[in-house]
Amino acid sequence: MDGFTPITPERLRSGPTPRRIARRDDWANATEALAAGRLTLLGLWGARGAVHMALLDEASHSLGLLTLETEASFPSAALHHAPAQRLERTITDLYGLRPEHSPDQRPWLDHGRWGVTHPLGPAGPQEPQPPYAFLPVEGESLHQVPVGPVHAGIIEPGHFRFTGQGETVVRLEERLGYTHKGIEGLMTGASLARGAELAGRTSGDSVVAYQWAFAQAAEAALSVTVPPRALHLRAVLAEVERLANHLGDIGAVCNDAAFAMMLAQCGALRESTLRATATAFGHRFARDVIAPGGVTRDLTPAGAQGLRSLVAEVRARLPRLIALYDGTASLQDRTVATGTLAPALARRFGAGGFVGRASGRDFDTRRDLPYAPYDGLAFTVPARNDGDVNARVWIRVREAEQSLALLSQLLDTLPNGPILTPLTATGPAEGLGLVEGFRGDILVWLALGPDGRIARCHLRDPSWFQWPLLEAIIEGNIIADFPLCNKSFNCAYSGHDL
Amino acid sequence: MRKFILQGLTSRPLTEPAPGPADADIQELGRALQTRLRRRLGRSLSIRAVDAGSCNGCELELSALSNPFYDLERFGLHFVASPRHADVLMVTGPVTRNMREALERTYAATPDPKWVIAVGDCGKDGGCFKGSYAICGGVGAVIPVDLHIPGCPPTPTALLQGLIALLDLSAPRRSAT
Ligand code: SF4
Repeated sequence: MDGFTPITPERLRSGPTPRRIARRDDWANATEALAAGRLTLLGLWGARGAVHMALLDEASHSLGLLTLETEASFPSAALHHAPAQRLERTITDLYGLRPEHSPDQRPWLDHGRWGVTHPLGPAGPQEPQPPYAFLPVEGESLHQVPVGPVHAGIIEPGHFRFTGQGETVVRLEERLGYTHKGIEGLMTGASLARGAELAGRTSGDSVVAYQWAFAQAAEAALSVTVPPRALHLRAVLAEVERLANHLGDIGAVCNDAAFAMMLAQCGALRESTLRATATAFGHRFARDVIAPGGVTRDLTPAGAQGLRSLVAEVRARLPRLIALYDGTASLQDRTVATGTLAPALARRFGAGGFVGRASGRDFDTRRDLPYAPYDGLAFTVPARNDGDVNARVWIRVREAEQSLALLSQLLDTLPNGPILTPLTATGPAEGLGLVEGFRGDILVWLALGPDGRIARCHLRDPSWFQWPLLEAIIEGNIIADFPLCNKSFNCAYSGHDL
Repeated sequence: MRKFILQGLTSRPLTEPAPGPADADIQELGRALQTRLRRRLGRSLSIRAVDAGSCNGCELELSALSNPFYDLERFGLHFVASPRHADVLMVTGPVTRNMREALERTYAATPDPKWVIAVGDCGKDGGCFKGSYAICGGVGAVIPVDLHIPGCPPTPTALLQGLIALLDLSAPRRSAT
């Protein structure tokens, strides 16, 4: 593969993750392969004195890690491959390393309010920042609508700058970073247990997925074997989380098309899901149930029974809701042919989750970079090509059905045995975790120092490669359809801003 | 659609009567809240939720208050879209430095008298993000807080209990400005 040693899924899932120290021309070759569409960008992040790049070869289901050591600058990947842009801006914000000839040098997460610059690199005192320069828009009779960071509903903060011509949006520019909490800074020097706590608070709707990805990274680094029962329980947790989010969002998308009944019905099913999770695992979002080495809480027969009843309840009620969605013309009128994401764009950005799978990018970590227990389970990955709001709703409906089927399988085949392998953190060691959350693939890269504490931990939310696409799909739609398009993507703010 | 409406007319609503002990709690809490609202305000209560950098977990539970199980509106509480319509700000998150000004401006835009509730462990003192360069360290570090509801995130029940406790407190704050 273009300049690095391919890592097969088996290798990825079984021990420390190798990475290759790249020369500048390896870095350039990799960038070229990204631009040519031969590879997909999985991640790009900074460290002290280095930048790292994770690449995916979709054809051979393998991946690679490249490191370019540098104290000052590195060849910009964004110059040739747009999906790298915000990632490179973030590297500069946090570490002070500069992408050479990058097309966009504006800060991204750094709003000039931290009191420091480059907090994770050679930190210096805050320098005054000029007002953020939104991209210029030229043309006749254009007007701008600024929205946020505080939004009208109960949602996360971010800023959207619309330029409209009449009702039609000609450009949307996003500005994010408002929820930046400095999670990666807090990770540095932390123990594994503290790291797991932080990972579980990166995005509140993906507690399980983040804690699993973090645990995977730690277990890979330390070559720890997780007991089969723990792996099964993790998958139960992950599918319940997926189900809760899909149910909630299907209702919310319909609500944004002024169809409140779906919100109420789906909201009730979602609540049942959270309650069953609380009964089975002691917390409505299963916080801190997954820990490096396994899980911290076993499933009791009563808890399992609660989950079975949940599956039965959702199975009984979901088909009628689907029929309602499918049979309501006023609703379809809003969702069909709205916010269409072209398959080529989804591929180029490596869009994960239902956003990618509704636009022809048929990729699911559970199947394509398989990890236990999914390698032994039967499930299908729904995909389609039409890419509009309607397509994304349908993918989520189909995925919810798959989660129900998986839950039944998992509960029927739950192995007995221990649930936690005690582990001792030693280093230096490095591992990569990749888990399919409800939004798509979550990547966690973890480097442990010689003392077994975290030297660097990078968490990459799928939203990094979905947010820019939201800007693209709204173009040509009316402003009133933005909430609908936005909800149909449901990108993470906190997961992205870290 | 017709099927749903017919079913809605002929079957029991999800909210009533309470199917489990937990939901009996909700009923009771809701009534307690309603009584206090009548006594204190003589009307319903308008709440504005402000995410000041939360992980979104607290938002999920705030939103859950509107699902058919809790159905907050029946007790005279509703979430409003603008701080100008609000009696209470429910603020989540450790207050990131990047959100500080937005929170201050939201507070300033809320008419007097007003209450502020800091929601979740983060809202108290930054929670598990304490010590980061990027946070102010809790809602109280930025605007005056009347009540804190602990939890990560607080459950919908805990949120309802918190609202009751708020109404039992002294009169809402009149800011000097
Ligand atoms: S208190 Fe917990 S749920 Fe709420 S914002 Fe903080 S970490 Fe998230």
